[in-house]
Amino acid sequence: MFDYNFHWRPVLKSLPDLLEAGLLTLQVAALSMIIGIVIGLALALIRLKLKGPLYWLATGWVELARNTPALFQLFFFGFGLGAFGVHLSPFLIVLAGLSFNCAGYLAENFRGGFQAVPDTQLRAARSLGMTSWQAYTRIIIPQVFKIVYHPVTNQMVWAVLMSSLGMLVGFRELSGETQFFASRTFRIFEYFAVTAIIYYVIVKIILVASRLLAMRLFRY
Amino acid sequence: MNQTISFFSGFNVNDFWFLGEAALRTLWISALSVTIGTVLGGFFGWMLYEGRLWATLTLAPVLDIFRSVPLIIQLVLFYNFAPIVGLDLDPFGSGTVILTIYTAALVANVARGGIEAVGKPMRRAARSLGMSYWQDMRYVVLPIGGRAVFPAWVGVALGVMKDSALVSVLGYVELLKASQILITRTQEPFLILSIAGAFYFALSFPISRYAAQLEKRWAQ
Repeated sequence: MFDYNFHWRPVLKSLPDLLEAGLLTLQVAALSMIIGIVIGLALALIRLKLKGPLYWLATGWVELARNTPALFQLFFFGFGLGAFGVHLSPFLIVLAGLSFNCAGYLAENFRGGFQAVPDTQLRAARSLGMTSWQAYTRIIIPQVFKIVYHPVTNQMVWAVLMSSLGMLVGFRELSGETQFFASRTFRIFEYFAVTAIIYYVIVKIILVASRLLAMRLFRY
Repeated sequence: MNQTISFFSGFNVNDFWFLGEAALRTLWISALSVTIGTVLGGFFGWMLYEGRLWATLTLAPVLDIFRSVPLIIQLVLFYNFAPIVGLDLDPFGSGTVILTIYTAALVANVARGGIEAVGKPMRRAARSLGMSYWQDMRYVVLPIGGRAVFPAWVGVALGVMKDSALVSVLGYVELLKASQILITRTQEPFLILSIAGAFYFALSFPISRYAAQLEKRWAQ
């Protein structure tokens, strides 16, 4: 029954390459999170404050991002845009797909955060003579940030996990690199086992780092 | 005589049939794994709640692994691991096993939250009315805790439905794989991806809206 010989040597030999690809995974996830946070904030504010076409555009974005598979979104940026003659590089496909997805999920988190901050805070800030911009950047958003901190770190973990879909659009991040090596050596199980461990470690590092950062940020 | 052979042919009515069948396969694998996974996850959640120390030391880390490693890696890993230990599983079998465990890992947390949502005084009241432990579980904890976490469970179930698209890496022809096949043949990525996306959206959007509404109503 158990006549499979494990060969770990090729995996160990390409371990530096895998770790480097892990760094790329982390980079693309972090980058898409940054873009996602900016767009997500804008979407949440639009959905809360505006009416008309802009509201529907934002709502459409959020619902589409939340109600279709991430892989579908990636394919859309990959093949779907190809129909219009737009051909993105694998890196851009993954970045655009992840950012689109993260923005949608984060917008909902931010919306809950904005609703949790009492309206009186804004009015108090305005009556102290702050401009609208000052009131938002100095009073409202810091409070929202504290409320949504946990969901955002969770989303960061999701972004790392989702970036593994890059493998299916030819992007050589951790999963894509693993598949490349695995299909060259046919040591599929060994390679993917090591990759699973690397992902696990990355996720744990993010969670620990975010907890340490939270301790530092939310001391008061 | 020269005859040109066209490799590409347009999108026709039969392809709708093909997509429909694939959509049914998506529904079938997600329904199967969500059902079994929920039962298993409920049991795990109960163990995490009752088992305290030993469950925290053994079960929790195992479930955590399934939540911290990308689903796609889990699928490839298990698909290649099964033959090593002498299991003969087709893509559907492997996909179902992994999706089930993945669901169970997510539902376990939800279920534990549900049990914790029922206050201790309520449990004690039930027991002092003469209910047995299982009667207390069945007639007090299940209705009250289940209601508290039902929206969260819907979120998990829809998430698994969307993630079932990843089983396509093993070669299981579900909706997204089917649309990929059609795209290769018809060269009409935009149309076909829109149909596939519309299906996922039509399934996920009403259910998530309904769950959000229930949550709002029950919160009162």
